[in-house]
Amino acid sequence: MAKTIQEINEKIKKGQAVVCTAEEIIQVVKSKGLKKAAAEVDVVTTGTFAPMCSSGAYFNVGHSKPRIKLGGGEVTLNDIPVYTGFAAVDFFLGATALPDDDPRNRIHPGKFSYGGGHVIEELAAGKDVRLVAQAYGTDCYPRRKLETWIRLEDMNEAVLFNMRNAYQNYNVAVNLSDRVIYTYMGVLQPNMRNATYCSAGQLSPLLNDPLYLTVGVGTRIFLGGGTGYVVGSGTQHNPTVARTDRGVPRMGAGTLAVTGDLKNMHARWLRGASFAGYGTTLAVGIGLPIPVLNEEVLRYTAVTDADIVAQVVDYGEAYPNCIPGSLGEVTYAQLKSGSITINGKKVPTAGLSSYTRAGEIAVTLKNWIETGAFLLTQPVASLPSADSGMQFKPLTERPISNNSPASR
Amino acid sequence: MATKRLVLNFPPHLIDQPVTYRLITQYQLKVNILRARITPREWGRLVVEVSGSRKNLDAALQFVAQLGVDTQPLAQDVQWHQERCIECTACTSICPTGALSVARPEMRVLFNHDKCIACELCVPTCAYGAVEITF
Repeated sequence: MAKTIQEINEKIKKGQAVVCTAEEIIQVVKSKGLKKAAAEVDVVTTGTFAPMCSSGAYFNVGHSKPRIKLGGGEVTLNDIPVYTGFAAVDFFLGATALPDDDPRNRIHPGKFSYGGGHVIEELAAGKDVRLVAQAYGTDCYPRRKLETWIRLEDMNEAVLFNMRNAYQNYNVAVNLSDRVIYTYMGVLQPNMRNATYCSAGQLSPLLNDPLYLTVGVGTRIFLGGGTGYVVGSGTQHNPTVARTDRGVPRMGAGTLAVTGDLKNMHARWLRGASFAGYGTTLAVGIGLPIPVLNEEVLRYTAVTDADIVAQVVDYGEAYPNCIPGSLGEVTYAQLKSGSITINGKKVPTAGLSSYTRAGEIAVTLKNWIETGAFLLTQPVASLPSADSGMQFKPLTERPISNNSPASR
Repeated sequence: MATKRLVLNFPPHLIDQPVTYRLITQYQLKVNILRARITPREWGRLVVEVSGSRKNLDAALQFVAQLGVDTQPLAQDVQWHQERCIECTACTSICPTGALSVARPEMRVLFNHDKCIACELCVPTCAYGAVEITF
């Protein structure tokens, strides 16, 4: 019995929608069977809260008197440089931006305790930040310098725009070298003495809709504590990787580009993150509602941690040198147990994605839908899927020589 | 039998005196030195775990206080900011004593003050500044 998003929304408006989280649905399908559960359940909510590096926000701070052209000038927020290649008072702040020559980063491995992600967190928390600007004076924008405190409510627009979030599965990182390494997957001990992973597993948005049957351009989501929308597939979207016979990718696959009004978001779900020896980023909370349109969609949401596998990758030598290959495949059930076995060796594991917070997002989104505060949207276009032939490629280097012209 | 984890701060003039020796021989304490920082002409710091009878332990602490050694329970130096923790579990695999642990299957992160030896291995693993050790 197929349902449409419109029908589900009618039920939501009446406060009659039946919603389960991606964790609850596992038991529901087990006890009621797929057919009955698909008829009864209207929406399955998912969640994830973890570092998502390709995140940032754009702002319009309003004009000063006299006017200043921040566009093309140099602007910092709490000493973090923002990108100003836009109109006069528009600029973009990225999560991984760092202060120029921060003394905390000078001595190996470097603390990287403050960056763009932290500024976004502070703005979301309603705090004041220091805006310092130097600009070209022009006839219409004569001012050259500006130093002011500013906070989110002072601004015209403050929009979160993340070009790659919600990675569908990821690597399990280990270190086969003989020295400690500092990576975006955390501090990795030599000789494979620990392993880290980053996924919400059975609660994860795209792992519950692995072939992007329901999510698409324009899907309304929980983003950073407020409402956001899927813009499209994110950077490095790679839908054609190997999958299990349940359609779940065996390695990092799809990604989402998302956006939303930062003023309606909450610092609890947008946290600056500091990775020693690596850099800063932003931990983002995302929740995707999956409309139970038919049994097939529901079947995918009943995925469990034991059904999802990931590849163990060496970050000591192989990863930095772009050498492909996997040291082995493990399930998220194994990873969450506290240790995995690789080549006969027991390796303790640690996560970077918060399962408890993912659950909190799924429950929050469930409440929003049950109380009629959140309606689902019909995507206006779908994301490239496993049959699209889309594959993410490495950079082909074409060195620039002084003597010959560019090749045709 | 009582066990305490302490941070002992030694004034410069005591650096070259065998105080730990007295704790062991005179007060019959089992002393496990967890951390030590001793620099000539500066305050020295020892992080120790001492065990012994309640009576001996109290007498020993009085003795070191009289010498001018400042004593603090170790727990005060370690702070876990629960409100900053996102429960990602990144810190739990490196903790040698299980002071930081995971409650399964919920995947909650727990911190047990009494087990912490302030080794600081967790500090660089926490991206959210939830573990702070002031040493």
